[in-house]
Amino acid sequence: MTHNSSRRDFLRAGAGLTVLLAVRPAEATPATMQDAIRAVVGTAPVTKGRVKLELPPLSENGNAVPLTVSLESAMTPAEHVRAIHVFTEKNPQPEVVSFRLGPRAGRARVSTRIRLADTQTVIAIGELSDGSFWSAESAVVVTLAACLEET
Amino acid sequence: MAETLISVPPRARRGEIVEIKTLVSHAMETGYRRSQLGERIPRDIIRLFVCTYNGTEVFRAELHPAIAANPFITFSTVATESGTLAFHWTGDNGFSVRETAEIRVD
Amino acid sequence: MRRLAAVLGALALAGSAFAAEIPRAERRSGYDLMSPETRAMQDDDTANPGMLSVLEGGALWSRKAGAAGRSCADCHGDARASMKGVAARHPSLDAARGRPVSVEQRINACRVERQQAPALAYESRELLALSAYVARQSRGLPIEIATDARTQPFLDAGRALWERRQGQLNLACRNCHDDNWGRRLAGSVIPQAHPTGYPLYRLEWQTLGSLQRRLRNCLVGMRAEPYEYGDPALVDLELYLMWRAGGMLMDAPAVRP
Repeated sequence: MTHNSSRRDFLRAGAGLTVLLAVRPAEATPATMQDAIRAVVGTAPVTKGRVKLELPPLSENGNAVPLTVSLESAMTPAEHVRAIHVFTEKNPQPEVVSFRLGPRAGRARVSTRIRLADTQTVIAIGELSDGSFWSAESAVVVTLAACLEET
Repeated sequence: MAETLISVPPRARRGEIVEIKTLVSHAMETGYRRSQLGERIPRDIIRLFVCTYNGTEVFRAELHPAIAANPFITFSTVATESGTLAFHWTGDNGFSVRETAEIRVD
Repeated sequence: MRRLAAVLGALALAGSAFAAEIPRAERRSGYDLMSPETRAMQDDDTANPGMLSVLEGGALWSRKAGAAGRSCADCHGDARASMKGVAARHPSLDAARGRPVSVEQRINACRVERQQAPALAYESRELLALSAYVARQSRGLPIEIATDARTQPFLDAGRALWERRQGQLNLACRNCHDDNWGRRLAGSVIPQAHPTGYPLYRLEWQTLGSLQRRLRNCLVGMRAEPYEYGDPALVDLELYLMWRAGGMLMDAPAVRP
């Protein structure tokens, strides 16, 4: 029962997928997310820390969840944030967005709104000018509207 | 909807970090939805957003379907000189929208 | 779905015992029940996706249309002055039609009669943009629905609709929105259903939509037959809802989950 209702919730959730047959939509698993992170990071280690990921712990609708990601950095030509990448573990694909920054940003802080297909963990990876990678994660509970439009 | 909504302070002091807020009208069709007949609705999203400041790129975002409809992106840049901030969104099916904003730096 | 039906079944039984209007002092906008993040999305005009529609409406306001080659601005001038308070007072009586009409219907009446242009389809981008632009001019103003002998029958019809059990779940609007507001229905908080923010950007729709769209959603959710767009029943219900929200401040274009 739990499995069925979470699958039904997933099918109805965030990205607006409508009901269909027994075919299961391709779902990101933690394994795919790790592959996607590897594709960006290569063989370099990723250290937890320095990145701050702000997401609401509970979202009323997975279609538009506000997200802010930041890193403390002087943002000088010698030492700055090159990029911030965001991934999810349970969306149909793990990549969400990559922001390319640099010293001209002045501050490493970006906000946007993302889609979350289900209750899950979001990971942000910060890439510094010295080639190091840092990460933070945040768990979000996603609820749905009780009455869904079906026309 | 109007195509874009940009918020840039019209004036800033040299060296000040200014916050830029951008909103663009786009459904961001994920490519994972199916129609009532079971057919996949093809992906149609904005894939790239670039901001230049007097011609020099200062910010870029590579978007995937998990960015919410009507993409909202807020970022910052150092007010270096007076001039034009140019914004360009591009995506599937030849989507291309440009907008500019003037900034005066004292 | 079974779980939802059980909850709603319980509500159906409970509803008949209480059947009370919300006291004026206890009225709360759906805004108050939202998370801080969603409220922030509404409050910031540079982040509120509904503002894209308002901007488009502003452009349409000045655009000449129809065989008469007239724009809204040609007759109404600056909307910030001429449309101030208009949305807060609608639906209002249209003497020619002998019944109250909504803002959307007023816009279309002008299109057809004064601009000699075809009416805009319900839920079309242009109609939403114009009604969003008009509604925006009432932001912060109290809702004020005038009633007299001519409009009373329509108000009564709207109230009757609000109180009538409908659909497979045999629910009346008031069972949830008068008797159980503030409680949770399958994870979402039930609002009191005051239309202070329409047309609004519903996160579920991922676009701006009208009150009629929301009412149709509710009817479908109750497993009742939704009235067609433009049906007088929907305007009667809108009249009742606006009257019921009298004194509350408009906040269009709102953002709601």
